[in-house]
Amino acid sequence: MQIYLPIAEVSVNAFLLLGLGGLVGVLSGMFGVGGGFLLTPLLFFIGIPPAIAVATGTNQVVASSISGVLAHLRRGTVDLKMGTVLLSGGLVGAFAGVRLFAYLQSLGQVDLLVTLSYVVFLGIIGGLMLIESVRALMRSRSNAVPKRRKHGIAHVLPFKSRFRTSGLYISVIPPVIVGFFVGVLSAIMGVGGGFIMVPAMIYILHMPTKVVIGTSLFQIIFVAAFTTLMHAWENHTVDLGLAVLLIVGGVVGAQVGTRIGMRIKAEQTRILLALLVLGVCLNLAFGLLVEPSEIYSLGNE
Amino acid sequence: MRVLAFLFLLLAGTSTATAQVEEGIVAGLSQNRVSIDARFVGSEILVFGAVKRDAPAPEGPLGVVIVVQGPNEPVIVRRKERRFGIFVNAENVTVQEAPTFYAVATSGPFDEVLTVEDNAARLVSIDESVWVMDTDATDNEQAFADALIRIRENDGLYSRQESSVRVSQNTLFDAAIQLPANVTEGLYQARIFLTREGRIIADQVSYVSVQKVGLERWIYNLAHDLPLVYGLLSLAIAIAAGWIASAAFRMFSRT
Repeated sequence: MQIYLPIAEVSVNAFLLLGLGGLVGVLSGMFGVGGGFLLTPLLFFIGIPPAIAVATGTNQVVASSISGVLAHLRRGTVDLKMGTVLLSGGLVGAFAGVRLFAYLQSLGQVDLLVTLSYVVFLGIIGGLMLIESVRALMRSRSNAVPKRRKHGIAHVLPFKSRFRTSGLYISVIPPVIVGFFVGVLSAIMGVGGGFIMVPAMIYILHMPTKVVIGTSLFQIIFVAAFTTLMHAWENHTVDLGLAVLLIVGGVVGAQVGTRIGMRIKAEQTRILLALLVLGVCLNLAFGLLVEPSEIYSLGNE
Repeated sequence: MRVLAFLFLLLAGTSTATAQVEEGIVAGLSQNRVSIDARFVGSEILVFGAVKRDAPAPEGPLGVVIVVQGPNEPVIVRRKERRFGIFVNAENVTVQEAPTFYAVATSGPFDEVLTVEDNAARLVSIDESVWVMDTDATDNEQAFADALIRIRENDGLYSRQESSVRVSQNTLFDAAIQLPANVTEGLYQARIFLTREGRIIADQVSYVSVQKVGLERWIYNLAHDLPLVYGLLSLAIAIAAGWIASAAFRMFSRT
Protein backbone atom coordinates (compact mmCIF):
# COMPACT_ATOMS: atom_id res chain seq x y z
CA MET A 1 0.00 0.00 0.00
CA GLN A 2 1.60 3.25 -1.13
CA ILE A 3 1.23 6.35 1.00
CA TYR A 4 2.15 9.94 0.11
CA LEU A 5 4.19 11.74 2.78
CA PRO A 6 3.16 15.40 3.11
CA ILE A 7 6.52 16.94 4.09
CA ALA A 8 8.94 14.54 2.40
CA GLU A 9 6.79 14.81 -0.77
CA VAL A 10 7.41 11.25 -1.86
CA SER A 11 5.22 8.18 -2.07
CA VAL A 12 6.46 5.10 -0.21
CA ASN A 13 5.15 1.71 0.86
CA ALA A 14 3.40 1.97 4.26
CA PHE A 15 4.24 -1.61 5.28
CA LEU A 16 7.91 -1.07 4.55
CA LEU A 17 7.91 1.88 6.96
CA LEU A 18 6.03 -0.10 9.62
CA GLY A 19 8.61 -2.88 9.26
CA LEU A 20 11.56 -0.49 9.51
CA GLY A 21 10.07 1.11 12.61
CA GLY A 22 9.49 -2.33 14.13
CA LEU A 23 13.03 -3.54 13.44
CA VAL A 24 14.57 -0.44 14.97
CA GLY A 25 12.18 -0.69 17.92
CA VAL A 26 13.31 -4.25 18.68
CA LEU A 27 16.95 -3.11 18.72
CA SER A 28 16.01 -0.18 20.90
CA GLY A 29 14.38 -2.36 23.53
CA MET A 30 17.15 -4.98 23.42
CA PHE A 31 20.19 -2.72 23.57
CA GLY A 32 18.97 0.56 25.03
CA VAL A 33 19.98 2.45 21.92
CA GLY A 34 17.47 4.78 20.32
CA GLY A 35 18.15 3.18 16.97
CA GLY A 36 18.60 6.50 15.20
CA PHE A 37 22.02 5.48 13.91
CA LEU A 38 20.36 2.61 12.03
CA LEU A 39 17.03 4.19 11.14
CA THR A 40 18.46 7.33 9.55
CA PRO A 41 20.68 5.53 6.98
CA LEU A 42 17.81 3.10 6.24
CA LEU A 43 15.46 5.99 5.50
CA PHE A 44 18.05 7.53 3.13
CA PHE A 45 18.18 4.19 1.40
CA ILE A 46 14.44 4.05 0.65
CA GLY A 47 14.51 7.56 -0.79
CA ILE A 48 13.48 9.88 2.05
CA PRO A 49 15.36 13.20 1.76
CA PRO A 50 18.20 13.24 4.36
CA ALA A 51 17.06 16.35 6.27
CA ILE A 52 13.59 14.84 6.76
CA ALA A 53 14.97 11.40 7.63
CA VAL A 54 17.16 12.87 10.40
CA ALA A 55 14.42 15.03 11.94
CA THR A 56 11.63 12.45 11.73
CA GLY A 57 13.96 9.73 12.98
CA THR A 58 14.46 11.61 16.24
CA ASN A 59 10.68 11.78 16.72
CA GLN A 60 10.43 8.01 16.32
CA VAL A 61 13.27 7.60 18.82
CA VAL A 62 11.19 9.51 21.41
CA ALA A 63 8.28 7.10 21.04
CA SER A 64 10.27 3.85 21.11
CA SER A 65 12.42 5.07 24.02
CA ILE A 66 9.32 5.89 26.08
CA SER A 67 7.82 2.52 25.30
CA GLY A 68 11.08 0.86 26.33
CA VAL A 69 11.76 2.95 29.42
CA LEU A 70 8.31 2.19 30.88
CA ALA A 71 9.06 -1.52 30.66
CA HIS A 72 12.41 -0.92 32.39
CA LEU A 73 10.88 1.31 35.09
CA ARG A 74 8.54 -1.49 36.18
CA ARG A 75 11.51 -3.81 36.54
CA GLY A 76 13.41 -1.19 38.53
CA THR A 77 16.31 -1.04 36.09
CA VAL A 78 16.38 2.74 35.58
CA ASP A 79 18.76 4.84 37.65
CA LEU A 80 16.73 8.04 37.66
CA LYS A 81 19.34 10.01 39.59
CA MET A 82 22.14 9.04 37.22
CA GLY A 83 19.82 9.69 34.25
CA THR A 84 19.09 13.21 35.45
CA VAL A 85 22.78 13.98 35.97
CA LEU A 86 23.60 12.71 32.49
CA LEU A 87 20.68 14.65 31.04
CA SER A 88 21.80 17.97 32.57
CA GLY A 89 25.06 17.63 30.65
CA GLY A 90 23.22 16.25 27.62
CA LEU A 91 20.85 19.16 27.06
CA VAL A 92 23.65 21.73 27.31
CA GLY A 93 25.67 19.60 24.90
CA ALA A 94 22.77 19.26 22.45
CA PHE A 95 22.28 23.02 22.41
CA ALA A 96 26.00 23.58 21.80
CA GLY A 97 25.90 20.88 19.13
CA VAL A 98 23.03 22.54 17.25
CA ARG A 99 25.06 25.78 17.20
CA LEU A 100 28.16 23.94 16.01
CA PHE A 101 26.12 22.22 13.31
CA ALA A 102 24.78 25.55 12.02
CA TYR A 103 28.31 26.97 11.96
CA LEU A 104 29.68 24.01 10.01
CA GLN A 105 26.74 24.20 7.62
CA SER A 106 27.70 27.78 6.80
CA LEU A 107 31.18 26.48 5.90
CA GLY A 108 29.73 23.70 3.70
CA GLN A 109 30.78 20.05 3.88
CA VAL A 110 28.39 19.24 6.72
CA ASP A 111 27.41 15.93 5.05
CA LEU A 112 31.00 14.81 5.10
CA LEU A 113 31.36 15.76 8.75
CA VAL A 114 28.26 13.74 9.66
CA THR A 115 29.41 10.66 7.77
CA LEU A 116 32.95 10.90 9.11
CA SER A 117 31.70 11.23 12.70
CA TYR A 118 29.58 8.14 12.15
CA VAL A 119 32.49 6.12 10.75
CA VAL A 120 34.95 7.22 13.44
CA PHE A 121 32.67 6.84 16.46
CA LEU A 122 30.91 3.70 15.35
CA GLY A 123 34.27 2.16 14.47
CA ILE A 124 35.95 2.96 17.78
CA ILE A 125 32.98 2.02 19.93
CA GLY A 126 32.05 -1.10 17.99
CA GLY A 127 35.64 -2.33 17.98
CA LEU A 128 36.23 -1.74 21.68
CA MET A 129 32.93 -3.32 22.66
CA LEU A 130 33.54 -6.38 20.54
CA ILE A 131 36.99 -6.99 22.04
CA GLU A 132 35.77 -6.42 25.58
CA SER A 133 32.62 -8.52 25.32
CA VAL A 134 34.42 -11.43 23.65
CA ARG A 135 36.92 -11.40 26.51
CA ALA A 136 34.11 -11.27 29.07
CA LEU A 137 32.34 -14.16 27.38
CA MET A 138 35.53 -16.23 27.36
CA ARG A 139 36.03 -15.51 31.09
CA SER A 140 32.51 -16.69 31.90
CA ARG A 141 33.03 -19.81 29.74
CA SER A 142 36.13 -20.74 31.73
CA ASN A 143 34.01 -20.33 34.88
CA ALA A 144 36.25 -17.64 36.29
CA VAL A 145 34.51 -15.06 38.43
CA PRO A 146 34.01 -11.97 36.22
CA LYS A 147 36.17 -9.23 37.65
CA ARG A 148 34.72 -5.75 37.40
CA ARG A 149 37.04 -2.83 37.87
CA LYS A 150 35.59 -1.13 40.86
CA HIS A 151 37.85 1.88 40.97
CA GLY A 152 38.29 4.35 38.14
CA ILE A 153 38.68 8.07 37.68
CA ALA A 154 35.04 8.52 38.78
CA HIS A 155 35.96 7.43 42.29
CA VAL A 156 38.74 9.90 42.96
CA LEU A 157 37.15 13.16 41.73
CA PRO A 158 35.23 15.46 44.10
CA PHE A 159 31.41 16.03 44.30
CA LYS A 160 30.80 12.41 45.09
CA SER A 161 27.24 11.20 45.19
CA ARG A 162 25.53 7.88 45.89
CA PHE A 163 23.69 6.26 42.97
CA ARG A 164 21.66 3.61 44.74
CA THR A 165 20.15 1.83 41.75
CA SER A 166 23.56 1.45 40.11
CA GLY A 167 25.23 0.58 43.37
CA LEU A 168 27.86 3.28 42.86
CA TYR A 169 29.38 6.03 44.96
CA ILE A 170 31.16 8.24 42.44
CA SER A 171 31.78 11.86 41.47
CA VAL A 172 29.09 13.59 39.35
CA ILE A 173 31.72 15.23 37.11
CA PRO A 174 32.32 12.25 34.75
CA PRO A 175 28.56 11.65 34.09
CA VAL A 176 27.99 15.36 33.34
CA ILE A 177 30.95 15.41 30.93
CA VAL A 178 29.80 12.16 29.29
CA GLY A 179 26.28 13.62 28.94
CA PHE A 180 27.57 16.84 27.43
CA PHE A 181 29.80 15.06 24.95
CA VAL A 182 27.00 12.73 23.86
CA GLY A 183 24.65 15.71 23.55
CA VAL A 184 27.03 17.47 21.15
CA LEU A 185 27.47 14.36 19.05
CA SER A 186 23.76 13.56 18.91
CA ALA A 187 22.97 17.04 17.62
CA ILE A 188 25.64 16.71 14.91
CA MET A 189 24.75 13.16 13.93
CA GLY A 190 20.99 13.50 14.35
CA VAL A 191 20.64 10.54 16.71
CA GLY A 192 19.68 10.01 20.35
CA GLY A 193 23.24 9.01 21.18
CA GLY A 194 22.49 5.71 22.93
CA PHE A 195 25.16 3.83 21.01
CA ILE A 196 27.77 6.15 22.54
CA MET A 197 26.04 6.50 25.91
CA VAL A 198 25.73 2.78 26.58
CA PRO A 199 29.46 1.97 26.24
CA ALA A 200 30.38 5.17 28.08
CA MET A 201 28.23 4.10 31.03
CA ILE A 202 29.71 0.62 31.06
CA TYR A 203 33.37 1.45 30.55
CA ILE A 204 33.76 4.94 32.02
CA LEU A 205 31.13 4.99 34.79
CA HIS A 206 31.27 1.21 35.48
CA MET A 207 27.51 0.91 35.76
CA PRO A 208 25.93 -2.59 35.75
CA THR A 209 24.73 -3.54 32.23
CA LYS A 210 21.15 -4.18 33.38
CA VAL A 211 20.79 -0.61 34.66
CA VAL A 212 22.63 0.94 31.72
CA ILE A 213 19.92 0.18 29.16
CA GLY A 214 16.99 1.66 31.07
CA THR A 215 18.98 4.71 32.15
CA SER A 216 20.25 5.33 28.63
CA LEU A 217 16.68 5.16 27.27
CA PHE A 218 15.53 7.57 29.97
CA GLN A 219 17.96 10.30 28.97
CA ILE A 220 17.58 9.62 25.21
CA ILE A 221 13.87 10.55 25.48
CA PHE A 222 14.73 14.09 26.48
CA VAL A 223 17.64 14.64 24.12
CA ALA A 224 15.62 13.27 21.15
CA ALA A 225 12.55 15.33 22.11
CA PHE A 226 14.67 18.47 22.25
CA THR A 227 16.19 17.71 18.84
CA THR A 228 12.78 16.98 17.27
CA LEU A 229 11.42 20.27 18.50
CA MET A 230 14.43 22.18 17.16
CA HIS A 231 14.12 20.53 13.74
CA ALA A 232 10.36 21.16 13.52
CA TRP A 233 10.74 24.73 14.64
CA GLU A 234 13.77 25.81 12.64
CA ASN A 235 13.82 23.59 9.56
CA HIS A 236 10.20 22.33 9.13
CA THR A 237 11.60 18.88 8.40
CA VAL A 238 9.55 16.60 10.69
CA ASP A 239 7.10 14.55 8.61
CA LEU A 240 4.10 13.55 10.73
CA GLY A 241 2.88 10.94 8.25
CA LEU A 242 6.28 9.25 8.21
CA ALA A 243 6.63 9.63 11.98
CA VAL A 244 3.29 7.97 12.76
CA LEU A 245 4.08 4.90 10.64
CA LEU A 246 7.57 4.53 12.12
CA ILE A 247 6.22 5.06 15.63
CA VAL A 248 3.50 2.42 15.35
CA GLY A 249 6.12 -0.09 14.23
CA GLY A 250 8.67 1.17 16.74
CA VAL A 251 6.64 1.06 19.95
CA VAL A 252 5.53 -2.51 19.29
CA GLY A 253 9.10 -3.49 18.41
CA ALA A 254 10.49 -1.90 21.57
CA GLN A 255 8.22 -4.03 23.76
CA VAL A 256 9.26 -7.18 21.92
CA GLY A 257 12.93 -6.13 22.12
CA THR A 258 12.78 -5.55 25.88
CA ARG A 259 11.46 -9.08 26.38
CA ILE A 260 14.12 -10.58 24.11
CA GLY A 261 16.76 -8.60 26.01
CA MET A 262 15.64 -10.15 29.31
CA ARG A 263 16.19 -13.67 27.97
CA ILE A 264 19.71 -13.37 26.59
CA LYS A 265 22.90 -12.84 28.59
CA ALA A 266 24.37 -9.37 29.01
CA GLU A 267 27.65 -10.41 27.33
CA GLN A 268 25.81 -11.79 24.34
CA THR A 269 23.76 -8.60 24.08
CA ARG A 270 26.96 -6.62 23.97
CA ILE A 271 28.55 -8.76 21.24
CA LEU A 272 25.44 -8.41 19.10
CA LEU A 273 25.37 -4.64 19.57
CA ALA A 274 29.09 -4.41 18.80
CA LEU A 275 28.67 -6.37 15.55
CA LEU A 276 25.72 -4.20 14.56
CA VAL A 277 27.63 -0.98 15.21
CA LEU A 278 30.64 -2.26 13.24
CA GLY A 279 28.39 -3.30 10.35
CA VAL A 280 26.89 0.17 10.00
CA CYS A 281 30.36 1.71 10.30
CA LEU A 282 31.83 -0.44 7.52
CA ASN A 283 28.85 0.27 5.28
CA LEU A 284 29.32 4.04 5.66
CA ALA A 285 33.09 3.81 5.22
CA PHE A 286 32.54 1.84 2.02
CA GLY A 287 30.34 4.65 0.70
CA LEU A 288 33.13 7.17 1.27
CA LEU A 289 35.89 5.08 -0.30
CA VAL A 290 34.23 3.64 -3.38
CA GLU A 291 33.62 5.86 -6.38
CA PRO A 292 29.85 6.45 -6.60
CA SER A 293 28.09 5.58 -9.86
CA GLU A 294 26.76 9.14 -10.01
CA ILE A 295 29.32 11.67 -8.86
CA TYR A 296 26.86 14.54 -9.15
CA SER A 297 24.07 15.16 -6.67
CA LEU A 298 21.27 17.71 -6.36
CA GLY A 299 20.53 19.81 -3.30
CA ASN A 300 18.23 22.59 -2.21
CA GLU A 301 19.47 26.00 -1.28
CA MET B 1 3.14 2.41 -47.12
CA ARG B 2 3.96 4.99 -44.47
CA VAL B 3 7.32 5.64 -46.06
CA LEU B 4 5.63 6.16 -49.39
CA ALA B 5 3.13 8.57 -47.90
CA PHE B 6 5.93 10.43 -46.20
CA LEU B 7 7.92 10.65 -49.42
CA PHE B 8 4.85 11.85 -51.24
CA LEU B 9 4.27 14.56 -48.68
CA LEU B 10 7.91 15.54 -48.85
CA LEU B 11 7.78 15.75 -52.63
CA ALA B 12 4.53 17.68 -52.55
CA GLY B 13 6.00 20.01 -49.98
CA THR B 14 9.04 20.82 -52.04
CA SER B 15 7.26 21.10 -55.39
CA THR B 16 4.59 23.56 -54.35
CA ALA B 17 5.66 26.75 -52.67
CA THR B 18 4.58 26.57 -49.02
CA ALA B 19 1.36 28.55 -49.11
CA GLN B 20 0.70 30.54 -45.94
CA VAL B 21 -2.57 29.07 -44.77
CA GLU B 22 -3.68 29.99 -41.28
CA GLU B 23 -3.83 26.99 -38.96
CA GLY B 24 -4.62 27.15 -35.28
CA ILE B 25 -4.94 24.84 -32.28
CA VAL B 26 -8.04 24.02 -30.31
CA ALA B 27 -6.91 21.97 -27.33
CA GLY B 28 -7.90 20.91 -23.85
CA LEU B 29 -6.59 18.98 -20.85
CA SER B 30 -8.30 16.09 -19.10
CA GLN B 31 -7.96 17.93 -15.80
CA ASN B 32 -7.10 21.44 -14.68
CA ARG B 33 -6.07 20.39 -11.21
CA VAL B 34 -4.17 17.47 -9.81
CA SER B 35 -4.87 16.76 -6.15
CA ILE B 36 -2.17 15.22 -3.99
CA ASP B 37 -3.74 13.22 -1.16
CA ALA B 38 -2.42 10.42 1.05
CA ARG B 39 -2.93 7.84 -1.69
CA PHE B 40 -1.27 9.90 -4.44
CA VAL B 41 0.97 7.69 -6.57
CA GLY B 42 1.28 9.98 -9.55
CA SER B 43 -1.21 11.11 -12.13
CA GLU B 44 -1.80 11.22 -15.83
CA ILE B 45 -2.68 14.35 -17.76
CA LEU B 46 -4.37 13.79 -21.08
CA VAL B 47 -3.73 16.51 -23.64
CA PHE B 48 -6.03 16.47 -26.65
CA GLY B 49 -7.04 18.83 -29.42
CA ALA B 50 -7.58 19.51 -33.07
CA VAL B 51 -6.04 21.60 -35.82
CA LYS B 52 -8.33 24.47 -36.78
CA ARG B 53 -8.30 25.41 -40.46
CA ASP B 54 -10.18 27.92 -42.60
CA ALA B 55 -8.89 26.43 -45.82
CA PRO B 56 -7.82 22.96 -47.00
CA ALA B 57 -4.76 21.62 -45.25
CA PRO B 58 -1.50 22.97 -46.63
CA GLU B 59 1.22 20.72 -47.90
CA GLY B 60 4.12 19.50 -45.81
CA PRO B 61 4.23 17.08 -42.89
CA LEU B 62 2.27 18.09 -39.82
CA GLY B 63 3.88 17.81 -36.40
CA VAL B 64 2.66 18.25 -32.85
CA VAL B 65 4.95 18.93 -29.88
CA ILE B 66 3.57 18.99 -26.34
CA VAL B 67 5.63 20.29 -23.42
CA VAL B 68 4.38 20.01 -19.84
CA GLN B 69 6.59 21.73 -17.31
CA GLY B 70 6.48 22.31 -13.56
CA PRO B 71 7.41 25.46 -11.64
CA ASN B 72 11.03 26.63 -11.78
CA GLU B 73 13.13 26.34 -8.66
CA PRO B 74 16.80 26.97 -7.92
CA VAL B 75 18.86 23.84 -7.39
CA ILE B 76 22.46 23.18 -6.35
CA VAL B 77 24.38 20.62 -8.39
CA ARG B 78 27.37 19.21 -6.54
CA ARG B 79 30.16 17.05 -7.85
CA LYS B 80 32.08 14.57 -5.73
CA GLU B 81 35.80 14.22 -6.04
CA ARG B 82 38.35 11.96 -4.42
CA ARG B 83 40.33 13.89 -1.85
CA PHE B 84 42.64 12.21 0.66
CA GLY B 85 41.26 8.87 -0.47
CA ILE B 86 37.60 9.59 0.21
CA PHE B 87 34.85 11.01 -1.95
CA VAL B 88 33.70 14.46 -0.88
CA ASN B 89 31.55 17.15 -2.47
CA ALA B 90 33.95 19.44 -4.27
CA GLU B 91 32.67 21.83 -6.95
CA ASN B 92 29.09 23.01 -6.82
CA VAL B 93 27.02 25.11 -9.19
CA THR B 94 23.72 26.79 -8.43
CA VAL B 95 21.18 26.63 -11.23
CA GLN B 96 18.84 29.55 -10.61
CA GLU B 97 15.97 28.43 -12.80
CA ALA B 98 15.47 24.73 -13.34
CA PRO B 99 12.02 23.28 -14.02
CA THR B 100 10.99 20.77 -11.35
CA PHE B 101 9.20 18.72 -14.02
CA TYR B 102 9.66 18.65 -17.78
CA ALA B 103 8.01 16.27 -20.22
CA VAL B 104 8.25 16.58 -23.99
CA ALA B 105 6.00 14.51 -26.23
CA THR B 106 6.16 14.66 -30.02
CA SER B 107 4.19 13.16 -32.90
CA GLY B 108 7.34 11.84 -34.58
CA PRO B 109 11.15 11.81 -34.28
CA PHE B 110 12.07 15.04 -32.49
CA ASP B 111 14.51 16.29 -35.14
CA GLU B 112 11.96 15.83 -37.91
CA VAL B 113 9.06 17.44 -36.08
CA LEU B 114 10.98 20.51 -34.96
CA THR B 115 13.89 22.36 -36.53
CA VAL B 116 16.97 23.20 -34.50
CA GLU B 117 16.30 26.93 -34.90
CA ASP B 118 12.72 26.82 -33.66
CA ASN B 119 13.69 24.52 -30.82
CA ALA B 120 16.26 27.06 -29.67
CA ALA B 121 13.98 30.07 -30.24
CA ARG B 122 11.04 28.67 -28.29
CA LEU B 123 13.04 26.75 -25.65
CA VAL B 124 11.31 23.45 -26.32
CA SER B 125 13.68 20.59 -25.50
CA ILE B 126 14.99 19.97 -21.97
CA ASP B 127 18.56 21.04 -22.71
CA GLU B 128 17.28 24.35 -24.09
CA SER B 129 15.33 24.98 -20.87
CA VAL B 130 18.08 24.04 -18.42
CA TRP B 131 21.32 25.87 -18.66
CA VAL B 132 23.98 26.94 -16.25
CA MET B 133 25.27 30.48 -16.23
CA ASP B 134 29.01 31.03 -16.44
CA THR B 135 30.48 30.90 -12.97
CA ASP B 136 33.92 30.94 -11.47
CA ALA B 137 33.08 27.78 -9.56
CA THR B 138 33.83 25.54 -12.53
CA ASP B 139 35.03 25.70 -16.10
CA ASN B 140 32.70 22.94 -17.18
CA GLU B 141 29.18 24.35 -16.83
CA GLN B 142 27.76 21.99 -19.44
CA ALA B 143 28.72 18.90 -17.45
CA PHE B 144 26.71 20.22 -14.49
CA ALA B 145 23.68 20.97 -16.67
CA ASP B 146 23.91 17.48 -18.19
CA ALA B 147 24.16 15.94 -14.71
CA LEU B 148 21.05 17.80 -13.54
CA ILE B 149 19.09 16.54 -16.56
CA ARG B 150 20.43 13.00 -16.16
CA ILE B 151 19.53 12.77 -12.46
CA ARG B 152 16.03 14.14 -13.01
CA GLU B 153 15.50 11.82 -15.98
CA ASN B 154 16.36 8.88 -13.70
CA ASP B 155 13.84 10.18 -11.17
CA GLY B 156 11.16 10.29 -13.87
CA LEU B 157 10.89 14.07 -13.60
CA TYR B 158 12.32 14.88 -17.03
CA SER B 159 11.32 12.89 -20.09
CA ARG B 160 11.22 13.00 -23.86
CA GLN B 161 8.74 10.70 -25.54
CA GLU B 162 9.08 10.72 -29.27
CA SER B 163 6.13 9.58 -31.39
CA SER B 164 3.89 9.45 -28.33
CA VAL B 165 1.46 12.08 -29.66
CA ARG B 166 -1.19 10.37 -31.76
CA VAL B 167 -2.32 12.33 -34.80
CA SER B 168 -5.35 11.09 -36.69
CA GLN B 169 -6.68 12.34 -40.01
CA ASN B 170 -4.09 15.11 -39.98
CA THR B 171 -6.38 16.99 -37.62
CA LEU B 172 -6.98 15.37 -34.24
CA PHE B 173 -4.19 14.73 -31.74
CA ASP B 174 -3.86 13.44 -28.20
CA ALA B 175 -1.11 12.45 -25.76
CA ALA B 176 -0.88 11.22 -22.17
CA ILE B 177 1.71 12.82 -19.88
CA GLN B 178 2.66 10.94 -16.71
CA LEU B 179 3.23 12.89 -13.49
CA PRO B 180 5.27 10.77 -11.03
CA ALA B 181 4.51 10.71 -7.28
CA ASN B 182 7.52 12.91 -6.46
CA VAL B 183 6.25 15.99 -8.34
CA THR B 184 6.51 19.44 -6.79
CA GLU B 185 3.40 21.45 -6.03
CA GLY B 186 2.62 24.49 -8.15
CA LEU B 187 1.24 25.72 -11.43
CA TYR B 188 2.14 23.48 -14.35
CA GLN B 189 2.24 24.78 -17.89
CA ALA B 190 1.23 22.74 -20.94
CA ARG B 191 2.55 24.19 -24.22
CA ILE B 192 1.30 22.78 -27.50
CA PHE B 193 3.14 23.54 -30.72
CA LEU B 194 1.88 22.81 -34.22
CA THR B 195 4.60 22.46 -36.84
CA ARG B 196 4.76 22.16 -40.62
CA GLU B 197 8.05 20.91 -42.01
CA GLY B 198 9.59 21.48 -38.61
CA ARG B 199 8.61 25.14 -38.37
CA ILE B 200 6.24 26.23 -35.61
CA ILE B 201 3.06 27.64 -37.14
CA ALA B 202 0.81 27.80 -34.08
CA ASP B 203 0.97 27.35 -30.33
CA GLN B 204 -1.26 27.33 -27.30
CA VAL B 205 -0.65 27.36 -23.52
CA SER B 206 -2.85 25.77 -20.84
CA TYR B 207 -2.32 25.46 -17.10
CA VAL B 208 -2.73 22.69 -14.55
CA SER B 209 -2.61 23.32 -10.83
CA VAL B 210 -0.93 20.58 -8.77
CA GLN B 211 -1.81 20.88 -5.08
CA LYS B 212 -1.92 18.94 -1.85
CA VAL B 213 -5.45 18.51 -0.47
CA GLY B 214 -7.10 17.38 2.76
CA LEU B 215 -4.89 16.03 5.54
CA GLU B 216 -1.72 16.39 3.46
CA ARG B 217 -2.46 20.10 2.95
CA TRP B 218 -3.30 20.57 6.65
CA ILE B 219 -0.11 18.92 7.89
CA TYR B 220 2.04 20.83 5.41
CA ASN B 221 0.50 24.18 6.34
CA LEU B 222 0.74 23.53 10.07
CA ALA B 223 4.41 22.55 9.77
CA HIS B 224 5.20 25.82 8.01
CA ASP B 225 2.81 28.27 9.65
CA LEU B 226 2.93 27.09 13.28
CA PRO B 227 6.18 25.13 13.52
CA LEU B 228 6.33 25.16 17.33
CA VAL B 229 2.77 23.82 17.65
CA TYR B 230 3.57 21.24 14.98
CA GLY B 231 6.72 20.15 16.81
CA LEU B 232 4.85 19.81 20.10
CA LEU B 233 2.08 17.87 18.34
CA SER B 234 4.69 15.48 16.88
CA LEU B 235 6.15 14.96 20.36
CA ALA B 236 2.71 14.46 21.92
CA ILE B 237 1.91 11.75 19.37
CA ALA B 238 5.25 10.06 20.04
CA ILE B 239 4.80 10.16 23.82
CA ALA B 240 1.21 8.93 23.67
CA ALA B 241 2.11 6.11 21.27
CA GLY B 242 5.01 4.97 23.45
CA TRP B 243 2.83 4.94 26.56
CA ILE B 244 -0.12 3.19 24.88
CA ALA B 245 2.12 0.45 23.48
CA SER B 246 3.68 -0.13 26.87
CA ALA B 247 0.28 -0.27 28.61
CA ALA B 248 -1.16 -2.56 25.94
CA PHE B 249 1.73 -5.00 26.23
CA ARG B 250 1.45 -5.07 30.00
CA MET B 251 -2.22 -6.02 29.77
CA PHE B 252 -1.35 -8.60 27.16
CA SER B 253 1.40 -10.23 29.21
CA ARG B 254 -0.73 -10.32 32.40
CA THR B 255 -3.51 -12.35 30.88
